[in-house]
Amino acid sequence: MNVAFTANVPHNAALGLELVAAAPGDVEIRLPWSPDLVGNPDTGVLHGGAVTSLVDATCGAAVFLAIVPPRPIATLDLRIDHLRQARPHVDVWCRATCERVTTHIAFVRAIAHQGDPTEPVATVAATFMIFREGQVRPDTATPAAEPAT
Amino acid sequence: MSDHEFAARIAAAKRDGSFAALAEGIPYARFLGFSLRTDAGPDGPDGRGALLGVLAYAQRNIGNAALPALHGGTLAALLELTAMFELLWRADTPKLPKVIGCTIDYLRSAKPQDTFAAAQLVRQGRRVAPLRVLAWQDDRSRPVASATVQFLVG
Repeated sequence: MNVAFTANVPHNAALGLELVAAAPGDVEIRLPWSPDLVGNPDTGVLHGGAVTSLVDATCGAAVFLAIVPPRPIATLDLRIDHLRQARPHVDVWCRATCERVTTHIAFVRAIAHQGDPTEPVATVAATFMIFREGQVRPDTATPAAEPAT
Repeated sequence: MSDHEFAARIAAAKRDGSFAALAEGIPYARFLGFSLRTDAGPDGPDGRGALLGVLAYAQRNIGNAALPALHGGTLAALLELTAMFELLWRADTPKLPKVIGCTIDYLRSAKPQDTFAAAQLVRQGRRVAPLRVLAWQDDRSRPVASATVQFLVG
C-alpha cells in the first residue's frame, strides 16, 4: 500500500508522505516537517497548502480503501478549518475516516494534528467522486452530486 | 520580522514594482513552482493591475499518474497562495494574514500543464477578509477549481 501510495502519486512522494496506519475506510499519514514546505521563513511553520495536500491525500486513501473492488476516485470538494497555528519544525499527521460510500459519492472526515489528536491543528470534511471501472473524469462540468440514498 | 516590518516590506514592494518577487520568499511557493504576475490584465478599481497566480507544470505535482492529473493539494495551494497575495495586493493589512479556513470545489480534472488563478476580495472587514478564487488552464471560462478562503487580518 505504501509503495502504491507514493509510486502512483508523484506529489505524495515529493511531499515525503508516509503511511502510518491503514484499514478499510481509516487511514493515518505523516507529513514530515521540511524546510521546503515552510510558508513563513521567519517562523518555520509549514504552509497551509502543504497541510491541505496531506489531508487531500489522506482522505483519498481512506476512500480508496473503503471501496471493494478498487475504483478510480477524485476529490469533489474539501473544506479545511485551521483551528490553531501549527508548531514549527514539527511533523503533521492526518487521520481520515470514510463515513459513507454511495454509488457515486464518498463522504470523509479528517483531522490534522502534531502528536496529540485531541488538539487538532485542522479539521476537514471532504467528498469524493467514485468512477466506474475505466471511466475517467469527464472534461465537462462536474455532474451534480446525487442524493446520498 | 515584526508586524511593522512586514507591513513596511509589503508597502515598499507595491511602490517599487517588486511585489511579484515576494512569492520567491516563500519556500513552499518555490517548492510548488508558484509565481505571481502583476502585468496580467486590466487595472483593478484601485489602479493596480490584476494579480495572476501561476502554477508552473512540474511532474512532481502530479496526483494521478494514470490520467494524468495534477494533485488536488497543489491546486488548493495555488488557490490559497493567490488569495493571500490578492489580499496583500488590494488591502493594507497591518500583519501577515492567517488562513482561518478554505473551501475548495474541484470542477474538472487538471491536466499536466501550467495552471493560473485569480482572486477577488469579497469583503474586507477589520478582523476577517473572505476571498473567492478561480483556477483555470486553457480557458478562463472553464475553471478546474474554485475556492473561498477566509483570512484573519486583525
